[in-house]
Amino acid sequence: MGSHLELPDFFQFMTTAAIKVRDLKKRFGALQALDGVSLCIEQGEFFGLLGPNGAGKTTLISTIAGLTRGDSGSVLVMGHDVVGAYRESRRSLGVVPQELVFDPFFSVRETLRIQSGYFGLRNNDAWIDEVMGHLDLTGKADANMRALSGGMKRRVLVAQALVHRPPVIVLDEPTAGVDVELRQTLWKFIAQLNRAGHTIVLTTHYLEEAESLCGRIAMLQAGRVVALDTTAELLRRHAGAFLRVKIRGPLPAELAARKPVEAGGSFRFRLKDYDEVAMVLAPLRAAVLHIDEMEVMAPDLEDVFMQVMNQGKEPMQ
Amino acid sequence: MTRPSTVANEALPQSGFRTLLYKELLRFWKVSAQTVTAPVLTAMLYLLIFSHVLQDRVQVYPGVQYTAFLIPGLIMMSVLQNAFANTSSSLIQSKITGNLVFVLLPPISYFEFFSAYVIASVVRGLCVGLGVFAVTLLFGMPPLREPVWIVVFAVMGSAFLGSMGLLAGIQADKFDHIAAFQNFFILPATFLSGVFYSIHSLPPFWQTVSHFNPFFYMIDGFRRGFFGQSDVSPWLSLLIVATCLGAIAGLILWMLKTGYKLRH
Ligand SMILES: Nc1ncnc2c1ncn2[C@@H]1O[C@H](COP(=O)(O)OP(=O)(O)OP(=O)(O)O)[C@@H](O)[C@H]1O
Ligand SMILES: [Mg+2]
Repeated sequence: MGSHLELPDFFQFMTTAAIKVRDLKKRFGALQALDGVSLCIEQGEFFGLLGPNGAGKTTLISTIAGLTRGDSGSVLVMGHDVVGAYRESRRSLGVVPQELVFDPFFSVRETLRIQSGYFGLRNNDAWIDEVMGHLDLTGKADANMRALSGGMKRRVLVAQALVHRPPVIVLDEPTAGVDVELRQTLWKFIAQLNRAGHTIVLTTHYLEEAESLCGRIAMLQAGRVVALDTTAELLRRHAGAFLRVKIRGPLPAELAARKPVEAGGSFRFRLKDYDEVAMVLAPLRAAVLHIDEMEVMAPDLEDVFMQVMNQGKEPMQ
Repeated sequence: MTRPSTVANEALPQSGFRTLLYKELLRFWKVSAQTVTAPVLTAMLYLLIFSHVLQDRVQVYPGVQYTAFLIPGLIMMSVLQNAFANTSSSLIQSKITGNLVFVLLPPISYFEFFSAYVIASVVRGLCVGLGVFAVTLLFGMPPLREPVWIVVFAVMGSAFLGSMGLLAGIQADKFDHIAAFQNFFILPATFLSGVFYSIHSLPPFWQTVSHFNPFFYMIDGFRRGFFGQSDVSPWLSLLIVATCLGAIAGLILWMLKTGYKLRH
């Protein structure tokens, strides 16, 4: 789990943030989609953007990409304002959109050549071939876009975002509806790009994916950043631990007051830390209840996520 | 394998204009049966029917047969309608399928975006125009008295209609909106512009109305190139068409700059 502290030394000298969002607001009619978002993503980070449906992740990405204009606030990509210096900022950015879009007029190779040309790169076949190779697209190079399966179309979208070798790559749910094999191929390739120095920003609803890949994570809820920290720190700070016990007989009142989650005959207790294990076991012992099964679990990102979302806005430091 | 080198990127001042233009040309050329051949056939049908019915009854200019009079109008009508169709259908299709993001994400400037779409529609207009012209040669060679005007008005007219199509495409949320624009605006304006007649044969009121129709000047100027005669001076027509084109281009560039509808 690489935190931003483990980045190579040369990043210490780079002062320009990959993405800098300052107090960004965006309203759609009565809906405040982004409600004062501020974020700073450093170069070389692998950054996760999490949040429930409708939290504003895609809206934030669209604003960074210039597909949407914010009502107020500012967004810089590699130091270039996305409105004032849109040419430079767009050149620095590769975006994989959430929607599975394609142009039915063209083959895979044509699609990639054209996308490359839009960035002013006309002799880019070597790189296009390399990207297709990494994404297992080579066999489909001359297939029409219409004839591809959903997962294949998704690969082309990823390839399209990479044709101009952007230093900053944003992927909006790239693994939605995608099979295990592509996920692994994709993450291997993206991790490789990250190691080569590309900044990666990722949204996903697969939290284990985010947990294992992202060094730092922002959680969005109703257009606000409600948590922002390294993945390690989020896991440490938020969730404590869990104790699951399966007992014979009714739960003592003292323990029922802790409001454990009951599932399949066992009770799941939230603990602040491991010391609390004894405090759950003591009343069971006092009541002479037999314990059939017991398990102590470290929290995962999903627990952190649920906790952050349920408490609404957690105090930020 | 790869470096996220901004230095390399900055060393590439080339723009996406050429590719966007190429893509727009390829888009209609790949389906040329539908985008070029079909309109040519339609124009031929018009010509067969109208000339057959009206040949001996109407004489618009002294010494000019009705069929001969009709041909330039028909050519121009095809040019204009197809220029409109090219930009409007391309944009609305990209909007509806969502693949417009592919041209919105790259660093293509507003002016390049506008120019690429409009130039492609001019090329489509001219291709169809040439096709119709070639077919009408079956009816005999028309006079080409002042051919410069033919080229000038074909280009200006298709640029104007290409821009109109872009405007409709930016504005529209579905195909119906484009169809409405076409049926309630473009089609009446073309038909009431003197494609099938000289406006001098109209009652005075409608003559006055026609003078507020920019399509009238495009067709009148275009026809001037064939016969050396026109209802108004081609210079006046050119001035009016150029002004209209400038105004709509200005409006579209402003829309693109503010992100109106496309970057909402
Ligand atoms: N063009 C639009 N017009 C009106 N409302 C919009 C528009 N785009 C987004 N919204 C609204 O803004 C809110 C944020 O949407 P957004 O797509 O950013 O969410 P998200 O976090 O990406 O969700 P998901 O996980 O489902 O992709 C939603 O309530 C959505 O309905
Ligand atoms: Mg989204």
